[in-house]
Amino acid sequence: MNALAEAFRLIITLDADLFEILWLSIRVSLIALAISAVISLPLGTWLAITKFPGRKFCILVLNALMGMPPVVVGLLVYLLLSRSGPLGWMGLLYTPSAMIIAQAVLITPIIAALSNQVIENLHQEYRDTFYSMGVTGRRAVVAYLVDARYALTTCILAGFGRAIAEVGAVIIVGGNIDHLTRVMTTAIALETSKGNLTLALSLGTVLLVLSLLINALVIGVREYAAKRQYA
Amino acid sequence: MPSPLLPIRISDLRLVKGDRAVLAGINLTIGEPGITVIMGPNGAGKTLLLRCLHGLIKPDQGQITLGQLSVTDSRDQQAMVFQHPVLLRRTALQNLAFAVPEIARSEPQRLLRALESVHLADRADQPARMMSGGEQQRLALARALLSKPALLLLDEATASLDPASVLLIESLVKTQSAQGTKVILVSHDQGQARRLADDVVFISGGQVAEQSPANQFFTAPETPVAKAYLAGEILL
Repeated sequence: MNALAEAFRLIITLDADLFEILWLSIRVSLIALAISAVISLPLGTWLAITKFPGRKFCILVLNALMGMPPVVVGLLVYLLLSRSGPLGWMGLLYTPSAMIIAQAVLITPIIAALSNQVIENLHQEYRDTFYSMGVTGRRAVVAYLVDARYALTTCILAGFGRAIAEVGAVIIVGGNIDHLTRVMTTAIALETSKGNLTLALSLGTVLLVLSLLINALVIGVREYAAKRQYA
Repeated sequence: MPSPLLPIRISDLRLVKGDRAVLAGINLTIGEPGITVIMGPNGAGKTLLLRCLHGLIKPDQGQITLGQLSVTDSRDQQAMVFQHPVLLRRTALQNLAFAVPEIARSEPQRLLRALESVHLADRADQPARMMSGGEQQRLALARALLSKPALLLLDEATASLDPASVLLIESLVKTQSAQGTKVILVSHDQGQARRLADDVVFISGGQVAEQSPANQFFTAPETPVAKAYLAGEILL
């Protein structure tokens, strides 16, 4: 109970260490999300509306990658960025940039696969009308992205939730270095192993609140869209 | 000025679904301007024929030419209004703007006039999908007409709509036809066919059973199947 009370005190008093970790976590996940969204949304849309040999196989692979273990992603990014790896010359290992790359790799298949499903449903509905209006190519992709904006927002939020709660990959490529690459999840793992439950509980509480906020946002977006017939 | 997509020539059009020929060798020439109504019992192939004309379905066999053009080459001169209009998840005005982006940029007032023509000027900023069925269909027609098509295809466009919407849509279709657009309309509604048709194509069993001027068709149909249809008999 004492640890829990102390945890709340850290949150209420805006403890500097706590908020440094919190800010880094959010910054890393948001940048990873932005990079991933730019890649995954057009990819998911393109796969939904384009016919080519092997399309189903691509979607199968994308769906399979959704369940990729984070430690495997961490390992792959580690091999890529390590001194002897192909991108070792960039010196990114054990920096927030490495964590951003790992999180982006991890959530790109998730957002792409979810958005693919959303756009595929919309494509079933719009296909004939778009054909009739001569809407094809880039114009169609943009139209699908705009019209599915609320459903896609929930896909993006799901990706953010996955990124911010991720621990396996970022601990491998970030190294959990204090004041440099320590994020909420890696800090919780470390502080728990050290027996410092106060900070672990504070961070855990913040993570829970963040998760609740994301879910509330998802529900809010869905309800708004349904009310305006934009769902 | 008559539509440049006339005459429409369809020869030996066949479409097979499973082991059934749903279009079993359609031969048809539509050469006159005005409104052609395609009638026939359920499952006769009316909608499939319309979709083939618009290029939405590729037939297994046969040829369609519109004026001197193929279906693909004539696509940008055609517009189609479906039985269930599909509107974008945007406002009424944005739906029109999306269909004709160049006009939306250069002559935005034309979009407002199009909304006025279907009595939806006061709904310009409403989400299109929150409108009633009749309003949505009127908006879909306004969207189709904005591109000034040479050929307008309507697939049961007024089925289950309120009378006011039916009246307005029929009036707009007549006006459009008078301005030179060739209109081909699939309808189950005999009353509507009598009000609009200049000529009738009657389809049964995936084939053209009869093609004649509207007056002749409704007063003295030639085929037993058309007679039975007009008498209100159930055709299987």
